[in-house]
Amino acid sequence: MILRVLFLLILPLGLVAKTIDVCPTCAATTIRQGIALAKTGDEVLVHPGTYREGNIIIDKSIILKGIDGPTVDGEDQYEIFTIKASGVTVEGFHLVNAGKSTLKDMAAIRVDHQRHFSICENKVENAQFGIYLAYGFDGIVENNELKSNARDEVSSGNGVHCWYAKRIFIAHNTIRQHRDGIYLEFTDDSHIVDNRSEGNLRYGLHFMFSNRDVYAYNTFIDNGAGVAVMFSKKIDMLYNRFEHNWGRSSYGLLLKEIYDARLEHNQFLSNTIGILMEGATRIDYRHNRFKRNGWAVQMTGGCIDNHFEANAFQSNALDMVVNSNVNNNTFNGNYWSEYTGYDLDRDGYGDVPHRPVKLFSYITSQTPETIVLLRSFFVDLLNFSEKVSPALTPANVADERPLMQMPEI
Amino acid sequence: MISIHQLHKSYGKLPVLKGISLEFNAPGSVTAILGPNGSGKTTLMKSILGMVLPDQGDILVEGRSIKGQWAYRHQIDYLPQIARFPENLRVRELIAFLQDLRQGTTREAELIRMFGLEEQLDKRLNNLSGGTKQKVNLVLAFMYDSPVLILDEPTSGLDPIAMLRLKEFIQAERKRGKLILITTHIIHFVEEMADEIVFLLEGNIYFRGSQEELKARFGETSLERAIAAILGAGKTEMNGKASPSLFNSSTLQLLNS
Amino acid sequence: MKKIFQYTLYDLIRSRWTLFYLGFFLLLTTVLLAFSGDISKVVISLMNVVLILCPLIATMFGVMYAYNSREFTELLLAQPIKRTSIFWGQYFGLGVSLSLSLAIGIGGPFLFYGLFATGEIWNFFILIANGVMLSLIFSGLAFLIALRNENRIKGFGLAILTWLFFAVIYDGIMLLLLVFFREYPLEPLALSLSLFNPIDLSRILILLKLDISALMGYTGAVFEKFLGTGLGITIAFFVLLFWVGLPALAIRRVAGRKDF
Repeated sequence: MILRVLFLLILPLGLVAKTIDVCPTCAATTIRQGIALAKTGDEVLVHPGTYREGNIIIDKSIILKGIDGPTVDGEDQYEIFTIKASGVTVEGFHLVNAGKSTLKDMAAIRVDHQRHFSICENKVENAQFGIYLAYGFDGIVENNELKSNARDEVSSGNGVHCWYAKRIFIAHNTIRQHRDGIYLEFTDDSHIVDNRSEGNLRYGLHFMFSNRDVYAYNTFIDNGAGVAVMFSKKIDMLYNRFEHNWGRSSYGLLLKEIYDARLEHNQFLSNTIGILMEGATRIDYRHNRFKRNGWAVQMTGGCIDNHFEANAFQSNALDMVVNSNVNNNTFNGNYWSEYTGYDLDRDGYGDVPHRPVKLFSYITSQTPETIVLLRSFFVDLLNFSEKVSPALTPANVADERPLMQMPEI
Repeated sequence: MISIHQLHKSYGKLPVLKGISLEFNAPGSVTAILGPNGSGKTTLMKSILGMVLPDQGDILVEGRSIKGQWAYRHQIDYLPQIARFPENLRVRELIAFLQDLRQGTTREAELIRMFGLEEQLDKRLNNLSGGTKQKVNLVLAFMYDSPVLILDEPTSGLDPIAMLRLKEFIQAERKRGKLILITTHIIHFVEEMADEIVFLLEGNIYFRGSQEELKARFGETSLERAIAAILGAGKTEMNGKASPSLFNSSTLQLLNS
Repeated sequence: MKKIFQYTLYDLIRSRWTLFYLGFFLLLTTVLLAFSGDISKVVISLMNVVLILCPLIATMFGVMYAYNSREFTELLLAQPIKRTSIFWGQYFGLGVSLSLSLAIGIGGPFLFYGLFATGEIWNFFILIANGVMLSLIFSGLAFLIALRNENRIKGFGLAILTWLFFAVIYDGIMLLLLVFFREYPLEPLALSLSLFNPIDLSRILILLKLDISALMGYTGAVFEKFLGTGLGITIAFFVLLFWVGLPALAIRRVAGRKDF
């Protein structure tokens, strides 16, 4: 928000702006002509119609605005808008058939080494990359709707792609059927808020080598996997929904080589794996809900200092798999629907510790095919005997103060 | 009507019937099949009904082999030895069930009256006494009015009145031309009812003929003594081959009953 | 067969045990629905009950009924009807009476809580269908055991062992095999082993309906192909049907050769 306000404050500082209209009967009949006629600070209004133009380069600070969603057709060959000036707004367009290439990344809107851009209210259909920010700084990507038809990872591109971008605000967008919904690489200090990423081939949201970012209030449904946060630091993940990321090797959230992060108030619903962790360090998990996942949490090698507090684990097939020695990972005051203990002193916490790692979880992590025995009576017996006297499961993975009642999340 | 040829049957290694051949051709007669326990009486009867499958030999009913057949059982009414029925059915329902199963006209009303079962019709079978169950058993067996009657221990558990009624009924059926086969341990019943006696011993027919012939053959004045004589003779004839306990106990049983 | 079936059913649905069984399911389902807000949890709890209890009760009822009706069966055998009709009639009568208890016992409370209007109807249906098939399979096996063993104590013992084998021991052996041979491709083994145990098959069918298919598919392509698609469900269903037919055929074979 702050970025946006600053940006709005900067705009009026320009010259006295004029308005240029683009329509078949106007002085400018193409968008390219409109831009050519405009000077810094001008507003180019594109009226309804279909404009078969590609490679439109915006090389001055202008507001390019579609009235009632004019269609710009890239005819499967061209990038549509390339922003090569700072302080550009592209708003209200319906961008179709931007070019696709396997040799270079082609986008419907590209920002190339610029700052203070605003890309809003556009509808992008059938593009390889939707909005591509290469070295884009202090920009806004808001209220866009992106839909492609990605079939395989090689030929498809990402919805919003950030590459060496800083301080970007990506909000209220809907992204469907791209490779990754939103992709961030070397992108720091950015906010990703209230987006809906659905049915994307690979990830709903993907971080690589990006630090100090926040994503909150987003919904990730039915993606190959929900969100992958890899090789990144200081990421805040708040109030997101990870839903039905379902299928072989699918998960709601992947944390791989990530440090100092915070996960709060997220909902993990019906994912094959809620959170898959590899080398996740110093992460706090609070007030998250894990419901009806296959595995709520899988901790594999080298996870240190993960702290789970006041989360709710409800009706997951298996709550927890930990298949390495535990390094100071703690569980405290979580709610476990499988907890069978009692609370005699009525303080709201169970009097006996809960061990979330079952023997069967351990067995499946060693021999995955044994999953066909899930919920069989024999396995229940096995789990029960292991619970009574732990032999194979890590004894120190235990919640000493399990919540008796499901917390509000 | 029924002819049995060279019937062999053993249960495991234990032979029960060792080549029995018999003809039952006289309608309007009562044949008592006697013998100690384990002599093969029940096995013989069950073979006729197809419940026991013979190892060798054949049984013809009305001139046709019963092997693999079932429809011939329309000719036969059978009274099983032990009367146990589905516990939760009422007497009326059970009768209806068996009528339904076999179709055709039945005469259960007459029989119910005869054994005084009117009061019991709406009771559940698990609430009946042993004697009453046997009466139900008799009703079920007799209601079809088939030409052959096979009765396995018909008198067990009956009170004197019912016993009397049963005897009258069997006499009446004989007069109506039925072929009646009975096993029983009660000698007086045999004396009173049987036109002919088949005595089985160790899986063979030891004797077949009328009561008079039996008595004459052993020079005894009563049937009871004649039978005792058979068993005694059987014992010596067998040279102790059979287990003495079998004979002792069954002899006692025969004499005491 | 139809008449024997009718009267067996008529007899059995008035038996104390059937009523007790019905009452148990009514109570259990009502309590679960009343105290758990999460329907999927209720279905999973019921699944455990159906998978363990249905076979157990069917087995016990099966031997008990077969032995108790032994004398009456003799009376029936003396009637002009085929042997197969008698035993199939009794077998299906028993199976159906158990199934009715189950369906009404679980279906009643579901109906009462108005859950048929929701998407849970399929879960309910699959649960009942599996319970019915397990009841049929295990009462059939019990019947078979009772037919083959004159000695009641031995028959009861064998029946319980059969149940124990399919409900517990089999899975134990399977788990051991899978863990022992984990260096090898295990998916075909795991799948084919599951096919030979009706309880495992039912469990997998119910789990697949409960949307754990992806979990099953997690391990590899064969699982995914078999369990993640309609094909697997169809095959599992037909194998289960085959399992229902198996005791029926065996009963016919054994009954045809047996002396009474």
